[in-house]
Amino acid sequence: MNDRIKKLREQSLNAVNCISAERAILLTEFYETGIVSQFSLPVGRAMAFDYILGKKSVCINDGELITGERGPAPKACPTYPEICLHSLEDLEILDSRKKVSFKVDESVRRVYAEKIIPFWKGRSNRERIMNSLPVEWLNAYEAGIFTEFQEQRAPGHTVLGNKIYRFGMTDLVKQIGEEAGRLDFINDSAAFEKREELKAMEIAAKALISFAERHAAELEKLAKKEPAKNRKAELMKMALICRRVPAYAPETFHEALQYYWFVHLGVITELNPWDSFNPGRLDQHLLPFYRKGLEDGTLDKEKAVELLLSFWIKFNNHPSPPKVGVTALESNTYTDFCLINLGGVKADGTDAVNELTFIILDVIEEMRLLQPSSMVQVSKKNPDSFIHRTLQITKTGFGQPSYFNTDAITQELVRQGKSLEDARNGGASGCVEAGAFGTEAYILSGYFNLAKVLELTLNEGFDTRTGKQAGIKTANPETFASFEDLAEAFGQQLEYLTAVKIRGNNMIHRIFAGQMPVPFLSLFIDDCIRNGMDYNAGGARYNTTYIQGVGLGSITDALTSIKYHVFDKKTITMKGLLKALSADFMDFEEFRKELVYHTPKYGNDDDYADEQARLVFGMFFKAVDSKPTSVGGRHRINMLPTTSHVYFGSVIGALPDGRMAGQPLSEGISPFQGADHKGPTAVLKSAAKIDQLLTGGTLLNQKFSPSFFDGQEAIAKLTSLIRGYFRMDGHHIQFNVVSAATLRDAQKYPEKHRDLIVRVAGYSDYFNDLGEDLQNEIIRRTEHEGV
Amino acid sequence: MQGLVFDIRRFTVHDGPGIRTTVFFKGCPLSCIWCHNPESQYGFPETTIKNLSLEGRIFKEEEVSGLWMNVDEIIEEVEKDRVFYDESGGGITVSGGEPTSQADFLLALLGEMKARGLNVALDTCGYVNWNQLAATMNYVDLYLYDLKLMDEALHLKYTGVSNKQILENLLKLAGFGKEIIIRLPVIPGINDSDENFGALKLFLERIKPRVREINLLPYHAAAGNKYKRFGKLNSMKNIKSMPMEALQGRKTELEGLGYTVKTGG
Repeated sequence: MNDRIKKLREQSLNAVNCISAERAILLTEFYETGIVSQFSLPVGRAMAFDYILGKKSVCINDGELITGERGPAPKACPTYPEICLHSLEDLEILDSRKKVSFKVDESVRRVYAEKIIPFWKGRSNRERIMNSLPVEWLNAYEAGIFTEFQEQRAPGHTVLGNKIYRFGMTDLVKQIGEEAGRLDFINDSAAFEKREELKAMEIAAKALISFAERHAAELEKLAKKEPAKNRKAELMKMALICRRVPAYAPETFHEALQYYWFVHLGVITELNPWDSFNPGRLDQHLLPFYRKGLEDGTLDKEKAVELLLSFWIKFNNHPSPPKVGVTALESNTYTDFCLINLGGVKADGTDAVNELTFIILDVIEEMRLLQPSSMVQVSKKNPDSFIHRTLQITKTGFGQPSYFNTDAITQELVRQGKSLEDARNGGASGCVEAGAFGTEAYILSGYFNLAKVLELTLNEGFDTRTGKQAGIKTANPETFASFEDLAEAFGQQLEYLTAVKIRGNNMIHRIFAGQMPVPFLSLFIDDCIRNGMDYNAGGARYNTTYIQGVGLGSITDALTSIKYHVFDKKTITMKGLLKALSADFMDFEEFRKELVYHTPKYGNDDDYADEQARLVFGMFFKAVDSKPTSVGGRHRINMLPTTSHVYFGSVIGALPDGRMAGQPLSEGISPFQGADHKGPTAVLKSAAKIDQLLTGGTLLNQKFSPSFFDGQEAIAKLTSLIRGYFRMDGHHIQFNVVSAATLRDAQKYPEKHRDLIVRVAGYSDYFNDLGEDLQNEIIRRTEHEGV
Repeated sequence: MQGLVFDIRRFTVHDGPGIRTTVFFKGCPLSCIWCHNPESQYGFPETTIKNLSLEGRIFKEEEVSGLWMNVDEIIEEVEKDRVFYDESGGGITVSGGEPTSQADFLLALLGEMKARGLNVALDTCGYVNWNQLAATMNYVDLYLYDLKLMDEALHLKYTGVSNKQILENLLKLAGFGKEIIIRLPVIPGINDSDENFGALKLFLERIKPRVREINLLPYHAAAGNKYKRFGKLNSMKNIKSMPMEALQGRKTELEGLGYTVKTGG
């Protein structure tokens, strides 16, 4: 790392996360003019986008090579009042909360009180959504059955393919013109809507060109004033680049990176899509530019690395827009889930690992930044050396990269109806979500609390915490004659509650389709231009809506306990069990010990327990998979929690697996914390018993002490562990490499461990920024010592 | 026919090549004073009291160490990780205690494993009559052969038996061309002397082509609790764990002679 990068990295690490009112002010100014009433809604939105990019401050950081910030400075985060209007109280919470805080200064509060809140109150999309949803949805939401991603952020969750490396904005404008020319106003009743959407796309494309030119002008100005000769030349070169991209297709490595970065800024300025935009298969996209640069002598490896390092810093400067309330609990982090994909296969199915893959791995190891996150796609066609190199990075304990099974992802996507080629061009984004990059809108709609469904089943659908009938009325559990009776009632609750969620999704999708088009994002996802249809309205080639199941380990263990103790061994009656649960095991300690220590658990390759995992998974899949969405897509499931397993645990009383009231649930498809005691192969075997190819992603966390990675032989064995899991169609595995003692020390002396990054659940986070219970959970996770 | 087993452990990565499952037989003819598995010594099930902790409260429970199992039951368990053996070139290690102490059962088990195409390693102290050891050769791909002390009198003193048969068997095994990993627990003040290593080197010279590698296993004082639980006298109370680095010199020394040497375990 040279001095320049060191300085930029320090600058990024030291920047304080704060709220910037700039975007909110510009947006409000624009809408206050009333000019939008003369235009269609998408055109109005595009004009607002153009207005913001045209007026927002241009920030060029000292010494940087890739330029552009979403806010006026690094980590100055804008707000999106048209989506979710922060109250003054919300701003106070953001400013004062201990974890993941954002500084809110007096001027922001004043402008919110005087200008932003008065204008947007009653007009935000969040209010629109909450006013539209039926009472069953609200009851279930309040009970903690599911969360709602689109409540505070826009549907996002997509990844760029290779389009921008082939076309400039001027090319896209031309394509838009051609599509507009083909519209048939006689036979196509949607022709008008298409024309308006295409117009909006054109405005948005041109807005980005102007935005880049504003940077070019600023760079030229700085160059004039710059005394140092080298930097002066650099600034002039950067200005030239900004005059070329994004207007035209990039020709050099530097241009490709700068182009992507402008597109990234555009997407996250237009709206606040949940899971930020992502360049995806970076080692594939950049390879032609890298090789060409080496050939024509304009680039060498060192320069390429420096540019990549500069590029990395830009991601770290952009925290996830802050959430509040329940939504903050389910995913409270600065991470905006940009997941760089490396390796995998090419569109023709051949091994995609190349020299740039290894260079980018070096960059990841060197930077050790929270953002962007990174992963490796491992196909059976990739060499072991690729995994070996990655494990060397994992060993350093920074939680990245994580390991994904390309061959499984491809099959998952093909099963959902993608072409083989589109599937191979895909990967995983966010935490673990499979997607066809550049061609798919895959919207995460919310986490679904599988364990809570059992609690409702044991209470005839009644939620004791909120005092409301959140589920449907099912039979009194004391009348269950067999485990099958219980399973049937559980299935009825699950079907009912997923249907509530799906109905809500289909309402929310229409609200976004009608009110919140994203013409800029639509430029980049095929086939929005060809269809003349917005990303949020179903314009993409593939449209998928996910519901993410949470707590598989907990629900499996809880059902297994009932099967074992109430129906098979008859150590307790259902009545007795319910009593123990409502007492939170007070005076039932002996029984709780039996539950914890002497009852089959998921994660030990024990069919007695794992059968229940298959049962619940099958029910959840059947209830959700293939149900239509209101934008022409299909609902699918995946199994990942982010941090929602902590929130979901907080709304559930004691469970029959011995977990006490309020404690976190298991995360992803990992066993409940401490429930696995047969080692990692048994965990992987249990996890592979659910048919993961039916999902769009599962998350499995394994904690290892660093000693696990010592020596070439150990690395080879871990490689076999990964290969073995992937041969059984496992989707993803990540390794948390850190000693419990270090973590405890970090809890005690956070100031000494400011750089400590741990894998949370599909992403890494600063240990210091995690809540105490989450910290405790990470400490507790089974540590597999002894290799 | 049943065998007495005290543990079956998956994902063992120090008992031979690749990812392995290790089956631990209970009962051993030796009584090494440094034994870190005191529960493996007696050839019968033993009941101990175990403390289970829950929210700070301690529950005392009886626990039986040693389970009579038949071949099918063991096979069912060791078959579970086959996918990982395949990926890593691993397999099963039969260890103990001393597996050859249950010779008939051992042969039945090894035979079934071999028939299933599993890679089999046998971890033995070598204190067994030759015919019984020879019978395992058809089924075993690799021997993990423990050598503790080269001096007969000291061997008798610290393990309770002479090493004559052990050394003879090792020579014979090598003579049949079997692949062998030599495993040496290094106990401070007992067998880490120049004399012992000198004798070891001389002896190994005779079987050198068959020695695939040498594992030096540093003594660690982790078994103190177990001795207490099993009501056995821990004669090693005052001996401290040996840090891995302390073996570096011996490792280099043996590597200088052309052996592949690994430390740890």
